[in-house]
Amino acid sequence: MPKTSAEIGGMGHSVKRKEDPRFIRGKGNYVDDIVLPDMIYMDIVRSPFAHATIKNIDTAKALATPGVLAVITGKDLAAYNLHWMPTLMSDTQMVLPVEKVMYQAQEVAAVLATDRYTAADGVDAVEVDYDPLPVVVDPFKALLPDAPILRTDKEGKKDNHIWHWEWGDKSATDQAFDEADVKVTQDIYIPRIHVASIETCGCVASFDKINGKLTVWMTTQAPHAIRTVFALVAGHVGLQEHKIQIISPDIGGGFGGKVPVYPGYVIAVAASVLTGKPVKWIEDRMENLQADSFARDYHIAAELAGKKDGTLTALRIKTVADHGYTDAAANPSKFPAGLFHICTGSYDLKAAHVEVDGVYTNKPPGGIAYRCSFRVTEAVHTIERMADLMAHEIGMDPADLRMKNFIAPDRFPYKSALGWEYDSGNYAGALKLAIDRIGYTDLRKEQAERRARGELMGIGISSFTEIVGAGPSKHFDILGLKMFDSAEIRIHPTGKVIARFGTKSQGQGHETTYAQIIAEELGIPAADIAVEEGDTDTAPYGLGTYASRSTPVAGAARAVAARKIREKAKKIAAYLLEAHEDDLDWEPGKFFVKGSPDRAKTIQEIALAAYTNHPQGMEAGLEAVSYYDPPNLTYPFGSYICVVDIDKGTGEVKVRRFMAVDDCGNIINPMIVEGQIHGGLTMGLAPALYEEIQYDESGNCLQGSFMNYLLPTAVETPAWETDKTCTPSPHHPLGAKGVGESATVGAPAAIVNAVVDALWHLGVRHIDIPITPPKVWKALRDAGVSE
Amino acid sequence: MAKIEINVRVNGVEHRAEVEPRLLLVHFLRESLRLTGTHIGCDTSHCGACTVVIDGRAVKSCTMFAAQVDGREILTVEGLERDGKLHPLQEGFFQEHGLQCGYCTPGMLMTGYAFLNGNTAPTEDEIRHAISGNLCRCTGYVNIVKAYQYAAARLREGGV
Repeated sequence: MPKTSAEIGGMGHSVKRKEDPRFIRGKGNYVDDIVLPDMIYMDIVRSPFAHATIKNIDTAKALATPGVLAVITGKDLAAYNLHWMPTLMSDTQMVLPVEKVMYQAQEVAAVLATDRYTAADGVDAVEVDYDPLPVVVDPFKALLPDAPILRTDKEGKKDNHIWHWEWGDKSATDQAFDEADVKVTQDIYIPRIHVASIETCGCVASFDKINGKLTVWMTTQAPHAIRTVFALVAGHVGLQEHKIQIISPDIGGGFGGKVPVYPGYVIAVAASVLTGKPVKWIEDRMENLQADSFARDYHIAAELAGKKDGTLTALRIKTVADHGYTDAAANPSKFPAGLFHICTGSYDLKAAHVEVDGVYTNKPPGGIAYRCSFRVTEAVHTIERMADLMAHEIGMDPADLRMKNFIAPDRFPYKSALGWEYDSGNYAGALKLAIDRIGYTDLRKEQAERRARGELMGIGISSFTEIVGAGPSKHFDILGLKMFDSAEIRIHPTGKVIARFGTKSQGQGHETTYAQIIAEELGIPAADIAVEEGDTDTAPYGLGTYASRSTPVAGAARAVAARKIREKAKKIAAYLLEAHEDDLDWEPGKFFVKGSPDRAKTIQEIALAAYTNHPQGMEAGLEAVSYYDPPNLTYPFGSYICVVDIDKGTGEVKVRRFMAVDDCGNIINPMIVEGQIHGGLTMGLAPALYEEIQYDESGNCLQGSFMNYLLPTAVETPAWETDKTCTPSPHHPLGAKGVGESATVGAPAAIVNAVVDALWHLGVRHIDIPITPPKVWKALRDAGVSE
Repeated sequence: MAKIEINVRVNGVEHRAEVEPRLLLVHFLRESLRLTGTHIGCDTSHCGACTVVIDGRAVKSCTMFAAQVDGREILTVEGLERDGKLHPLQEGFFQEHGLQCGYCTPGMLMTGYAFLNGNTAPTEDEIRHAISGNLCRCTGYVNIVKAYQYAAARLREGGV
């Protein structure tokens, strides 16, 4: 039950979104909607080759095109030492190449023109002379001794190996494997995919030559960090942090793809500084899919050990991570494989050991999330597949095996074999609810009946544990910036509020939910609270919105800031009521004298007094700032059950039902949480059945447009069923945990497990995602079922 | 490039313009008329963010030239609200949480406008097929279906 009334609209109310009135009228303000006086357009020449020397770039014809103003090449940027930039993982990335290109669709030159059509004409007219080089696409071949060395820019680099990282107790793990009754092993490839937010990336860069100030409206999930990166990269040419303003306007979906600094942004900034005019650069979809950061691309070899009775004991994983030509992953600095070592999942394993090797190939860089927290999807996929394999191997119901191995509720806070401290959980509770809601026992009976008739039906479970809310400053930073987040709340004399944050919504509804948290803490109606994010000139510094960190980190900052305000408000109330502070009680919206509820001052009366009648010796005003450094991460969890039917003739998988039980702790807005889960599930369905970016041997991208990169439509997407349990986080000020990505993390394994469950009796042990009809059809043919 | 004269009615307002033959309708709407509610999400007519209604039919405006709309009547998302009153579809999207980032929303609304004009009692399956040319990355479509159902009910009651 919500603690506040519907009028106040604090936590637990399904408050309608403050964002919507502008969006349903077509009055959002996305980056491509921004037009400035004298604005010019930038378009990018991209490489047709995956690996080639640039012999010459002839810009004469382009420059002769009416309306084309300039062409920028790597040599132009090299004059200012701006042709390379650091990645978030302290590798290096080309802004524009001088010597060679490293992947197909890499930026080669930029054309500036009076309008976007002319800029495209200019791109067509730039003539680049390439000399193709041997291409390395397969990361395993990249590691062979005779593989061509890709990063010839790195002095002394003799191979394509980036780093080796390992975690866990190897000898304890090896020993557990030696002692195991049963072992299952499986190679699992989690393919390269793309977030494909419906809005692509872009910016408007505007350099004011007189004041020396650069303003960039850009599609970024992390405006403050971007400002600092710009200052670090271009400080030597005079762009200093107090003269840089990043504005992140309305964002048409992010999902991790709008965290990195892409070369296009940097070139647009350089172009604006060079020309003194505002420069607009907007990617088209093909550029977006072919050149922007990818996600996943993990080649995993997993082993799970256990006892005959189904007790799981140890996990061993070796992974080759294909990073493309540079390590441009968006991970906390200390964790080159992100939080992949959450891979023991929801189970009480005694030992685990993980190794990951990062590899260079001739592909676009990345290693960003696809709506997940730093490789947690790869981790969940692995353990949930392996647990299912073990269950099938020993002939145990996958639900029973999970129930047997779950970390019990009384074990929290729980220290995992790989060192994480899980804050809270009730895994059996979530799975039991999912089982009840979907009618698991009846479905198993139906499956047996259908199988007897020769029909293929499968039931798959995924009982995932997430790890979000990065993160405690002791372990989490990006380029040295600690991963705190911030809130600034200011109460006006009339009791209305402006609140600003270091995060940035991309559709999550922060304007609504952030107001609800302040409403909860101060009793001021959510409708009276204006929320602003995304302008680095006005908002307090924060690390941004990704990895489900807005509620766990900035949400906590806001609660702490509001509580600081309440402390001061209490002093003012005591003064106004001529009472001692200790004699006052709080209920949402007012302080009153204990035992005399009519002797009260509302928060609005207190706000007015803070500016008109505050006590002697107290500063005027009513505002507070908090920079919140979380003591731990939060661990949302859930259990998903998926039912699939498989067409024996075509191999097509149809998701008949999907029951998602989520537990994200205390909920701010149930309507928004459910919406996040619906969307997350659909972005779990997508890579499970449809999406993959592949390259041929020459490094040509095979899924470079929506013609063949298949986002699920409403027809493929099932009518999701949802429910919830509630296990609050003990360390978060609001007991909340974060939810935006849980479903994307948990769903794919449930779908794969359902498909394999349908086919196990035919000898099928595993199918890599995406589970396309040809893959299933081939498995059926190999089993002698299809022709 | 020789320009072509067009006369087109957009959201009830007559416009006369000289356009390059290659100018896409979506750029004409967004940049010449500054109706930026119509969005661009792909280059291949798959995403539907640019959907507008032309003479009663939902059309992807990235797949037509401005020169092709001479003499025609166009409705964009900015024209849905009449006399300060939201269209039932707009209300439906608001009430049923049918949008998150809002980028696909104008296209979803315009597809729905044309679809519900011909069918105010659609089944869920019919709705899902109707919006299968519009991609949404945020909502998982569940609440968009509900928003359509909300609007259909209002239209059956004679809401507009």
